[in-house]
Amino acid sequence: MAEFEPQIIAFCCNWCTYAAADLAGTSRVHYPPNVKIVRVMCSGMVNPIYVLKAFESGADGVLVAGCNLVDCYYLDGPVKCDAMFAILKKLVHILGLEDERLRREMISASEGVVFARVVEEMVEGLKKLGPAPFKVKKGAVV
Amino acid sequence: MNLYEIIQDTKTHYCLECGKCSSICPISRYDPQYSPRVMIEDALFGFEEELIHNHKLFSCLTCYACQLKCPSDVDYPLFIRKTRELAAAAGEHGDYAHSGTLQSLVGLMARSSIKQRRFEWFSNSYRTSESSDVMLFIGCSPYFEPVFEDIPVRTLDIAEASLKILNSLGIEPLVHPDEKCCGHDALWLGDMETFRILAEHNAAIIKESGVKKLIFFCPEGYRTFKLDYPNYVKLDCEVMHISEFLAQRLETEGLRFNEVKKKVTYQDPCRLGRHLGIYDAPRKVLASIPGIELVEMEHIREDSICCGTSCFTNCDSYSKQIRVGRLVEAKATGAETLITSCPKCQTHFKCAMVARGEEKGPEVEIEVMDLANLVANAIGG
Repeated sequence: MAEFEPQIIAFCCNWCTYAAADLAGTSRVHYPPNVKIVRVMCSGMVNPIYVLKAFESGADGVLVAGCNLVDCYYLDGPVKCDAMFAILKKLVHILGLEDERLRREMISASEGVVFARVVEEMVEGLKKLGPAPFKVKKGAVV
Repeated sequence: MNLYEIIQDTKTHYCLECGKCSSICPISRYDPQYSPRVMIEDALFGFEEELIHNHKLFSCLTCYACQLKCPSDVDYPLFIRKTRELAAAAGEHGDYAHSGTLQSLVGLMARSSIKQRRFEWFSNSYRTSESSDVMLFIGCSPYFEPVFEDIPVRTLDIAEASLKILNSLGIEPLVHPDEKCCGHDALWLGDMETFRILAEHNAAIIKESGVKKLIFFCPEGYRTFKLDYPNYVKLDCEVMHISEFLAQRLETEGLRFNEVKKKVTYQDPCRLGRHLGIYDAPRKVLASIPGIELVEMEHIREDSICCGTSCFTNCDSYSKQIRVGRLVEAKATGAETLITSCPKCQTHFKCAMVARGEEKGPEVEIEVMDLANLVANAIGG
């Protein structure tokens, strides 16, 4: 049987982490192809429902990444993101999901290598955990 | 099921177009675009497409105020529920409050078999037993805590108070770690697939545990288990709301409470009141606590006004107006505390008191408390 390939959905902010992912590509840094990036304008807009919907649609892990606290394009995006992520983490915890399936990172635009490392770590961790325990909702595709 | 069958089932064709439903409807009072009478008329004219794609279909609170006033006994809430099934099948849904987080959690709960971590809040000060005849249904309370922490609503306080009450009566209830949402919201939003999964799961774990009595502190769960589950699954145990249970025990065991000096008023939750006709039990419990003075609001019992939202859907400015109106009524009684026996009523009232993104402060401030909490305070210790 082929090895389990986890699906990761990464919500990346337009100004920092998306640029970092882009930089990782242009600098030819290798990272696993298991990640699908959803570009959002700010990590502060990543409402818990985005992440829950990702799990509903068959994601095995979710990464929420954006600017650092000091260099947010919209000044306080990461603060909002952290607040919402805290609620989300509690909900997912009660639901019984492993905490490792969710990750919150701050990756600035120049840190392509960091982005690649984070994705590598997540894929490795998720391979150990196995697929997410949710049956995919009808019609949903990752 | 098609619209014709729904009309037959809910006796909609008896409608006289008298408009009593629209005049009693708490939403129509504020929202001129919403009218139960017009919805019924659309159905009778066979405008199925218009009806199921009508955004206002999901505004109905299913509070049963209209049904009790209808001279032809049209079951409007059931009509809405069945029509929502058609709408849901056509891909329609209402505007979910909290971006749909709660609905999504229910879906995830239904479509997985993982072990939830429901009871990390649980402290050792309460006694529970795995082989008990009585089970306390905790429901969605653990999930409400993080979602509503900014309001702030502590739904688990109600669960703890209920445990305390049962313990003080010498009952060590079973709290089941594998219980899932009762499916109330899924059912009333027309998501039958999710509801069936949840109902079958809950019925199975209850059967396996062999309990004889199931106690609820949430009227929505109570209603769903008592009236809706029997249509889909077999349930061999008695279901009861904690206020009913207390009222019964008051009679049989002559419970005594400590004095709590408070002037209170009572909000009849629609699921407990109009849906199930339980108006006296909570009042009896209130009357049995020394020092409690109950002052009634203008609209009580059958005429009680809903807390403004159902199923966390289509919560809009009209919902807030309903809530504020009700809070003004509560305040006018001169009571210092509004007692309710539904965690969702409490959530909605507290939410109305928080002014979000508005410069002006809260319009009405009154303490909102669950009946279970009040009784737990009266037990003391």
